[in-house]
Amino acid sequence: MSITIYVSADSSAVSLGADRTAKAITEEAQKRGIEINLVRNGSRGMYWLEPLVEVAVNSERIAYGPVQASDVAGLFDGGLVFGRKHPLLLGATAEIPYFKKQQRLTFARVGITDPISLEDYVAHDGYRGLESALKMSQADVVKHVTDSGLRGRGGAAFPTGIKWNTVLNTPSEQKYIICNADEGDSGTFSDRMIMEGDPFVLIEGMTIAGIAVGATQGYIYLRVEYPHAHIALNAAIAKAYEANYLGENIQGSGKTFHLEVRLGAGAYVCGEETSLMESLEGKRGLVRFKPPLPAISGLFGKPTVVNNVISLASVPVILDKGGEYYRDFGMGRSRGTLPLQLAGNLKHTGLVEIAFGMTLRELLYDFGGGSASGRPIKAVQVGGPLGAFVPESQFDTPLDYEAFAANWTVLGHGGVVAFDDTANMAEMARYAMEFCAAESCGKCTPCRIGSTRGYEVMDDIINNVDREKNIVLLRSLCDTLLNGSLCALGGMTPYPVLSALNHFPADFGVDA
Amino acid sequence: MTELNTQQQVINTTIASLKNQPGALLPILHGIQDGLGYIPADAVPEIAKALNLSRAEVHGVISFYHYFRDTPPGKHTVHVCRAESCQAMGGKQLESHVKAKLGIDYHETTADGKFSLEPVYCLGNCACSPAIQIDKDIHGRVSAQSFDAIINELGA
Repeated sequence: MSITIYVSADSSAVSLGADRTAKAITEEAQKRGIEINLVRNGSRGMYWLEPLVEVAVNSERIAYGPVQASDVAGLFDGGLVFGRKHPLLLGATAEIPYFKKQQRLTFARVGITDPISLEDYVAHDGYRGLESALKMSQADVVKHVTDSGLRGRGGAAFPTGIKWNTVLNTPSEQKYIICNADEGDSGTFSDRMIMEGDPFVLIEGMTIAGIAVGATQGYIYLRVEYPHAHIALNAAIAKAYEANYLGENIQGSGKTFHLEVRLGAGAYVCGEETSLMESLEGKRGLVRFKPPLPAISGLFGKPTVVNNVISLASVPVILDKGGEYYRDFGMGRSRGTLPLQLAGNLKHTGLVEIAFGMTLRELLYDFGGGSASGRPIKAVQVGGPLGAFVPESQFDTPLDYEAFAANWTVLGHGGVVAFDDTANMAEMARYAMEFCAAESCGKCTPCRIGSTRGYEVMDDIINNVDREKNIVLLRSLCDTLLNGSLCALGGMTPYPVLSALNHFPADFGVDA
Repeated sequence: MTELNTQQQVINTTIASLKNQPGALLPILHGIQDGLGYIPADAVPEIAKALNLSRAEVHGVISFYHYFRDTPPGKHTVHVCRAESCQAMGGKQLESHVKAKLGIDYHETTADGKFSLEPVYCLGNCACSPAIQIDKDIHGRVSAQSFDAIINELGA
């Protein structure tokens, strides 16, 4: 009987040597005449343990990690194939506390299945959401999504069901579903993990969206920085077409949905939905005025649903188990689970999918294990480069959209980047302005000119040139950006800048 | 001469195979850059003609997106992530080291044509910061030593 061994093909695992480890395992097994079945799965999301090697033993998976290619021969000597003891043995993967404490709904299959095996997907409850959606009216599918309380996981947290309902009720011969896979924010990688680790769940979610609102064409707008995700998505889309899960008359239902991946080209602002649509149309990614809303007049002027990867990938479980099942997780108006991403200076970086409501402190210390450097955590930036820096005094805030907003912070897509006490927050504020200047689309003046003036003013503050006067100027500039910008790029750059100034004035050379 | 012919061929076949797609410009630019490593100025009028756009519009799109380049890259392109997560893990020090090791700044190519250096804002490898990408390969938790080892292997 052959033995099944899992080594992740996730690009972060590969960046730590997973391909070399996988190759060494294949060669070593061959040399010893052991028959193995090597599966390149997604990542479990425990990146300090990657490259993680799992062996299937008696219906359980036993993990070893981190395993470099040079460890492989020793692992075979020690009885890897039987899950025997070894210094790198971690025990059953499902029992590792970091993993066991999570509530994985959207990520249920990531790290478990072979990402591009449709058989594996279906065997692990895949396409049950679509099956159930095909038996319902369009309005009922939308109602399940509305009842689930799902809000846009890309950061803006707009209720997904309301968006779908608008598109459903806007008559048009052609409508579109766009998946925003331009995951450009530092500290976020959950979209990438889904696309690499379970691409079918995104395809299924988009198909359900298409059927629900009457759209027959979907586009995944993927950032060019994700070559592994591109390969996985294209492979999965080809298989879905072959098995009639995409195309005409899907599974004999009479419904049609076509899907295609389009690549971005390194413009951060194209993560903004109107800029993204301009880019898909083949233009410079300039932000559009709203209204009209994309749901009324979007891609090529047609009604368009634009949803983030995680929002769409959460739809299959909602349609399979019902809106109420999903809604029963979470707190307040933040329903369901949020795939949080721990990044930067933390010991245990990775993915934590859990119901809303846990505090930031629990996330940073119980899951994250504190800083990687062993120094105190000075600040964490939550919600990407346009999110506020959160000081230690606010670590007890629950992970909930409204609780974060009440502190003038942003939960956004749940990306968390930790900094230890060696970070200089004035430098970070300068960087936020510099980033805005580099990535501004140039359409509105506050963002285009304000960002450049912003890092010049920050340079003066850092170099102690008229510091007091320049801080007044910086605040006034932030006010203009905040209230006068066309989109979130200019409109939210003041979040990191002002939070750094307000919470860490000493770094700016001023008294609190 | 042959080289020119091949270049012309890549441009022609890419345009011919993609021009009828809705929103064809970005796919065409990607196709040409995948084939040639950059988008030669000669391609601009041909793309414009095929898509019924002005040359200025095509040029405007090329210059808007950081990823598209109008000059040939070195044999290998090194992308260094400049985003927050990598900064939290010593990305700035790594950045200075990379520039010193290669002897070039961003958007430059070494005199021997071996390496080009580009900044990137996030590779999605934030759980393994600091990160760099060399050609299609992503590397995580990069130190000055491990960077040197990779570069030496590529033949610096």
